[in-house]
Amino acid sequence: MYNYALYLLTGIVLVVSFKRDKKKTKMALKKAWKSFENILPQFLTILAFLGMVLALLSPEVISHLIGQKAGWQGIIIASIIGSITLIPGFIAFPVAAILLKNGAGFAQVAVFVSTLMMVGVVTLPLEIKCFGKKISTMRNTFAYLFSFIVALVIGVVLG
Amino acid sequence: MKISFKRYLGFIIILGLNIMLLMINRKIGLRSITISGSNIFEMAKILPPIFVLLGLMDVWVPKETMERFMGEKSGLLGILIAFFFGSFAAGPLYAAFPIAIILMKKGAKFFNILIFIGAWSTAKVPMFLFETASMGWRFSVTRLMMSIFGVITIGYVIELFTSKKEKENLYNKASLM
Repeated sequence: MYNYALYLLTGIVLVVSFKRDKKKTKMALKKAWKSFENILPQFLTILAFLGMVLALLSPEVISHLIGQKAGWQGIIIASIIGSITLIPGFIAFPVAAILLKNGAGFAQVAVFVSTLMMVGVVTLPLEIKCFGKKISTMRNTFAYLFSFIVALVIGVVLG
Repeated sequence: MKISFKRYLGFIIILGLNIMLLMINRKIGLRSITISGSNIFEMAKILPPIFVLLGLMDVWVPKETMERFMGEKSGLLGILIAFFFGSFAAGPLYAAFPIAIILMKKGAKFFNILIFIGAWSTAKVPMFLFETASMGWRFSVTRLMMSIFGVITIGYVIELFTSKKEKENLYNKASLM
């Protein structure tokens, strides 16, 4: 649904742009391809690696790691698994829901979701390309620490 | 259009590892290929319009316009625009990095770009109902409140630790991409 809207919007903008200035539109498409091909190798690597990690760490395996032995140990394991790579919410939440059903605690799931979405070690090279080493490292470190605060608060509110 | 093989080496290595995995454990290997395939397919659906819009934005939006809405003097409005721009987008965080480069090119304020990245990563509006459905509203509302606080705090602290010179270097690098 969201996707169709995005395509529709892009199509309309593209047509309007083409009607107003063919040359500029061609240049825009060239730029689009250039910036796409610029990150394509890392994209493919990340997605293929992610598939392997998710295949090895099935929800059952993860909930075994962070489900039974809750508490701090579970939170730390959850944060490490979550930090491997950046995952969009539409994948993270269903996984999180399965984890909850399999007996993981709210705090563990919160730290897992937060680190999944905000902290990515595998995606770091891509981030460094854009923001440089220092800022990328800072952002990931702060996001990692912040995930624990989220877990703590969610643990208190829902615990 | 030349595509250099070397840049795809990482991907090829992972593919090789995947084939090895397939030989060691058929079930996990197949699952890995299925998940990777569907992830790549999902991304392939989202990315083309994003990049076309980016290209169009690059040629059509004048620097002055972006500077007015998200630049140094944009104030609270700039922060709000950055936050909503980031939180309404779908896709994983790494899809936001190329957009951040365009924002730098067009002279958006560094703090606003940090807010944009932060909002994109964790305060997702299209995801909110989805999150509520899978995790319950107490979870999603608490997380959203925490996210707003976290995005602003993290942005502020990174801004604090980044010198003017470092920002300049970053913007210069972006303008060359």
